Amino acid sequence: MISNEKSANSASLVDINNLTFKRGERVIYNNISLSIPKGKITAIMGPSGIGKTTLLRLIGGQIRPESGQILFAGNDIPQLSRKELYKVRKRMSMLFQSGALFTELSVYDNIAFPIREHTKLPEAIIEKIVLMKLEAVGLRGARDLQPNELSGGMARRVALARAIALDPELILYDEPFAGQDPISMGVIVRLIRSLSDALGLTSVVVSHDVPEVMSIADYIYIIAEQKIIGQGTPEQIQQDKSPLVKQFVQGEADGPVPFHFAAPHYQNELIKNSPVLGSALNSMSSSALSNRGQI
Amino acid sequence: MQQLQLLGKNTLALISGLGRAVIVLLSAILHRPDFRKGTPLLMQQLYNVGFLSLVIIVVSGGFIGMVLALQGYTILVGYGAEASLGPMVALALLRELGPVVSALLFAGRAGSALTAEIGLMKATEQLSSLEMMAVDPLRRVIAPRFWAGFISLPLLAAIFSMVGILGAHLVGVDWLGVDSGTFWSVMQSQVDFNKDILNGIIKSVVFAFVVTWIAVYKGYDCEPTSEGISRATTSTVVQSSLLILALDFILTALMFAV
Ligand SMILES: Nc1ncnc2c1ncn2[C@@H]1O[C@H](COP(=O)(O)OP(=O)(O)O)[C@@H](O)[C@H]1O
Ligand SMILES: [Mg+2]
Repeated sequence: MISNEKSANSASLVDINNLTFKRGERVIYNNISLSIPKGKITAIMGPSGIGKTTLLRLIGGQIRPESGQILFAGNDIPQLSRKELYKVRKRMSMLFQSGALFTELSVYDNIAFPIREHTKLPEAIIEKIVLMKLEAVGLRGARDLQPNELSGGMARRVALARAIALDPELILYDEPFAGQDPISMGVIVRLIRSLSDALGLTSVVVSHDVPEVMSIADYIYIIAEQKIIGQGTPEQIQQDKSPLVKQFVQGEADGPVPFHFAAPHYQNELIKNSPVLGSALNSMSSSALSNRGQI
Repeated sequence: MQQLQLLGKNTLALISGLGRAVIVLLSAILHRPDFRKGTPLLMQQLYNVGFLSLVIIVVSGGFIGMVLALQGYTILVGYGAEASLGPMVALALLRELGPVVSALLFAGRAGSALTAEIGLMKATEQLSSLEMMAVDPLRRVIAPRFWAGFISLPLLAAIFSMVGILGAHLVGVDWLGVDSGTFWSVMQSQVDFNKDILNGIIKSVVFAFVVTWIAVYKGYDCEPTSEGISRATTSTVVQSSLLILALDFILTALMFAV
């Protein structure tokens, strides 16, 4: 176990040690540690609102932790000066959940933006790079469209092309599968995989889509209740005996994590304020009623 | 007791908001300018913020000048003093109405648009995305918008006053029959450059600074949701309008009371 962790550390790009982060009074992370191996796809899973996006922002240095280390290639992100942080950020990029394309720029200019901003390459070469990145996401034909003319899936792919424009070492994907149609989903899954395999990119995929993550990740961390409740390869996660992990992976509503927010008895509450509805509900079978409740 | 607590809480919120506003502004504008990248961005914003406000400024200036001439004429003609119509209108516009009304219109037209635009960029993660690309959104997004507003409003106020005087000429001279030569010559002899024109310009520069600062800060600081953006937009218009009127009183007292 200990030797395992040592070897992981020597080959890792990001190391998070004893990280604690609070939003106001609320503790989001309580003393967690994890490491992201170089050249691999690491997934971070957990229910919505648990702090997955927050973790990516912590790695990107957009917010500072209460305490703990966030090492990126040996640089402790929270300790860096503004200038050093901006330098480190050129080596990573983040695919935002919404795509975050610049609305006033065309698809072409969106992808050219980071290149123009950080290099002095002539326009002819920039055009070649942009077309190459667009071809990689299958959208070379969309170069002259405006972001508002793209479907959600296309926007996500353009954003991915922009994220890889400067060939970063690390890509942080925030919910890349959420709200995608099956075709876009397939394209994105293949892209993430091939970026990692062909270019040796390190990827962090944050998601709550269990099947996609299982199919793509090399290593998985599952977060709940401010800490890591399970980790391992997809196979190890599948076989995990912990009830928390099982509940999350198999998507069961009932388990250690309750589906229902604490509330008064459902049927009583419906009947309370409406005698007519009450009698109507009483004539229904209670099983039908509780089924409706689940939907 | 509860009210006291509330007062304390609101005062703290006000002070911390003011502190953040100062930090946002200073980090946006205090750095070595990069003219190669900055100029096209500033041009774009001068168009969005300044040029697109031109229509409302010209139309309002024209109408206000016309109304001033009508009202002024009916009063002045009772004393046989309609020859003073020119300076009366010009002084009202240059000292007060030009700077104040154009600033109010600017807050409603350009200030609200700035807040909403920046707020939307925040809510759609465009600002975070810039940050992650190692591009400072304060310099890239906030600075050109601030400078554009700061430059545009004084020019718009000058245009407002000019169009207003032309509108007054239209009503006073062409319609009501005041002699055109009298209108202009009495105006020229009565309007003092330092006292009237310069003070008017100073006012509009102060208003430009305040309105644009509020607008960009409210957008940058807003809660990144639809409600947050709409609240920020409203508060830009309300707060800038109130501040314009309060500052106008203070500046007028300093400039003209002694
Ligand atoms: N800017 C913010 N201010 C205050 N609370 C926030 C902010 N952003 C996120 N949160 C809170 O932090 C928690 C974690 O958010 P997030 O990282 O977005 O969750 P996830 O991505 O796992 O769905 C959420 O409960 C959210 O309400
Ligand atoms: Mg999230």
